[in-house]
Amino acid sequence: MINEAPIEGTVMFDGVQAMKGYALNKMCYSFNKKENRDSFLADEEAYMSAYGLNEQQKQAIRDKVVLNLLAAGGNIYYLAKFAGIFGLNVQDVGAQQTGMTVEEFKEKLLRAGD
Amino acid sequence: MARIVGGLTSSHIPAIGNAIANKKFDDPYWKPFFDGYPPVRDWLAEVKPDIAVIIYNDHGLNFFLDKQPTFAIGAAPEYHNQDEGWGIPTIAPFKGAPEFSWHLINSLVHDDFDMVTCQEMAVDHGFTMPMQLFWPDYAQANIKTVPLVVNTVQHPLPSPKRCYRMGQALGKAIESYPEDLKVVVVGTGGLSHQLDGERAGFINKEFDQICMAKIVDDPEYFLDMSIHDMVRLAGAQGAEFIMWLTMRGALTGNVKQLYSNYHLPISNTAAGMLCLKNGA
Repeated sequence: MINEAPIEGTVMFDGVQAMKGYALNKMCYSFNKKENRDSFLADEEAYMSAYGLNEQQKQAIRDKVVLNLLAAGGNIYYLAKFAGIFGLNVQDVGAQQTGMTVEEFKEKLLRAGD
Repeated sequence: MARIVGGLTSSHIPAIGNAIANKKFDDPYWKPFFDGYPPVRDWLAEVKPDIAVIIYNDHGLNFFLDKQPTFAIGAAPEYHNQDEGWGIPTIAPFKGAPEFSWHLINSLVHDDFDMVTCQEMAVDHGFTMPMQLFWPDYAQANIKTVPLVVNTVQHPLPSPKRCYRMGQALGKAIESYPEDLKVVVVGTGGLSHQLDGERAGFINKEFDQICMAKIVDDPEYFLDMSIHDMVRLAGAQGAEFIMWLTMRGALTGNVKQLYSNYHLPISNTAAGMLCLKNGA
């Protein structure tokens, strides 16, 4: 039996998301290179405009809100490169998305082993 | 003829890179994870495989969404690690085996698996973490590599069945290579984890244990699952288990588990490791 029912709290990064988020993900892909990370930090607005981000994407970047970045078409593997600029790891990102403190989020992960 | 001596699996969590760089092998958080690897290293030192085929997913280093292959394979003399943007140290390059790669490509395409072929390919943590864990001195060790990339970044992902079937074709390709080489096939990624969305931090220990057991003795258990099933059971990135299935498909002989390790959490992930011997 095929069960394709939506999975709560999960957005499948498919063609629809890939089209929506292309500019945002392309900008984040550029952050593989240090000179690009430095250019972004030097002038975030100019950098976002150069990559053609729409206003929703720009605001999500300004706010650094991961759920909003996902809603704007961001792909987590690329967003991780954006988060890395600010020294945020996947646990910081997980805590933010679940409304927990980082300590609470780490505790949740530990409890998964019980 | 070339022979597949075994199959390995390992998670490829990027945090491992910093833990290795900082030598956290005895740190209480890391020790139960790292302790799984030395017996496998000893086994590899004894068996001395010539080539490792590393099945992993690119995380936005070599490929971008402008061109996102479902299956890609390296055919380069050397593979370089590069800055991924968030601070894990860049490490020395890996030796390739381009003639062997081209044999695999010819055989796989002949068997209807149409690979994207790459004569240059940057390898990210998906490839480098397992290599560093199994061959800490890979730069000196006489081990050559073939990176085989499976898309787990952008849906649609290839199904569990498709990956297992490709693994079978890969096994056939390896074992038809005319030189007497010993080959080990490494399936990376997993086990359960989810990085994105309100469901971030999802881990399913019960399903992981099914994966650890069934991949050894009953891999066909997973073949009728969809990617959607994998995401529901193992988390958005837990779908990486399809790369373990690819590895398992390549093992054509009498498969015996030599070592295993399961530990959670490492970062956001349940980490799994297996060492399988592929007997006659």
